[in-house]
Amino acid sequence: MERIPILRMGNFLLVTIQVDMHDKLAMTLQDDLTKAIADFDSRGVLIDISTLEIVDSFIGRMLANIAAMSRVLDAETVLVGMQPAVAITLVELGMSLPGVRTALNVESGMELLQESVGSFHMSMNDGSAET
Amino acid sequence: MTRLPEIIQKYESEILADWMKEQLAAVRRRDLMNDVELREQCTALLRELARATVGGGVDTNSPAFETIRKMLSDISASRARQGFTPTETAVFVFSLKQPLVTRIRKEIGNDTVALFDELWNSNLLIDKLGLFTSEAYVKSREQIIARQQEEMLELSTPVVKLWDGILALPLIGTLDSARTQVVMESLLNAIVATNSRVAIIDITGVPTVDTLVAQHLLKTITAARLMGAECIISGVRPQIAQTIVHLGINLSDIITKSKLADAFALALQRSGRTVVKAGLQEQKPNANGQLVEENASRGVKG
Repeated sequence: MERIPILRMGNFLLVTIQVDMHDKLAMTLQDDLTKAIADFDSRGVLIDISTLEIVDSFIGRMLANIAAMSRVLDAETVLVGMQPAVAITLVELGMSLPGVRTALNVESGMELLQESVGSFHMSMNDGSAET
Repeated sequence: MTRLPEIIQKYESEILADWMKEQLAAVRRRDLMNDVELREQCTALLRELARATVGGGVDTNSPAFETIRKMLSDISASRARQGFTPTETAVFVFSLKQPLVTRIRKEIGNDTVALFDELWNSNLLIDKLGLFTSEAYVKSREQIIARQQEEMLELSTPVVKLWDGILALPLIGTLDSARTQVVMESLLNAIVATNSRVAIIDITGVPTVDTLVAQHLLKTITAARLMGAECIISGVRPQIAQTIVHLGINLSDIITKSKLADAFALALQRSGRTVVKAGLQEQKPNANGQLVEENASRGVKG
């Protein structure tokens, strides 16, 4: 079955959406991602949607849901690389994704994650979660 | 069968003189067009009218009237551009009625049936030509308006790069849906192209802000935020601040500044830069080991 890979980078998870999102794929991603956050005890999720060109209300809601779920699991979500057309579509659909943090690209998204959660949790985890 | 061509040809110079007189009495626009030019247009039109009615038809849509239609649309278009009013343009054709009717009466005399037919024909003809002229006038005016609108749309949406990672969008004029769409797209594309984290929307040139304009602004700002850029609204005039509050528009989630300079200073601060006087920094290398940029009186560090 088709899956979107979830990469682990230290305390963070990196999700790059490079195929057209259909509803089933989105549901699988939600399952996989929440499981990964719990398994790896991740503090941040970075979702790269720079190659996503088509978005509908379902995908919009899915992105908002992922952010909300991550927050429940104590992880920050940063959405990076949204295309102008996608942003306009989401706004016209009335989905401003209020709880989701955004950044222009993966690099600044990572900086944002590190600023908000990274430094604090890393220092906490340095001693306890070392493998 | 109409006798119009015969009558027009016979009395051409008389009709022309009367027609000119009528027009000059009705509208005096010597500032826009001289008499010689007007006479030329009238002569050409009268000759063409005589030729077109030779077949006996007064149907202005028939192929015989092709040249007249072309002539009239050219005349209307040029008058629309020159600034004639619709009445003045229509009078050009309608003032031909009286001279023509006078000559018809003189030529046909007491034969009431023939006279009535001829009058009816000429009436019909002139009315149709007049309507055609008005329509052509309106059409060319609409073309002018459409072109100007397009030009305004292009003119009014420059996205300016103020600094590395800082964009400014000075808005001039009223925002409607069509313009907002263009503004939004050009801003978002510029954000991607220049990798900018801060965009300043300056509304100094926006005369009024109503709920619709505010909604358009909010949409643009939300879209920019979704892409990971922060927007600052600057150039909020006191009256506009009052209007916004009176209308109950909620701008509390958005940073607003009264001056573009304040917004720029904040944007520099957000990207970790400060503005200092050049004298205080005397080419001291900053944290990255680069020389501080300088201009005449002050430099920006970063």
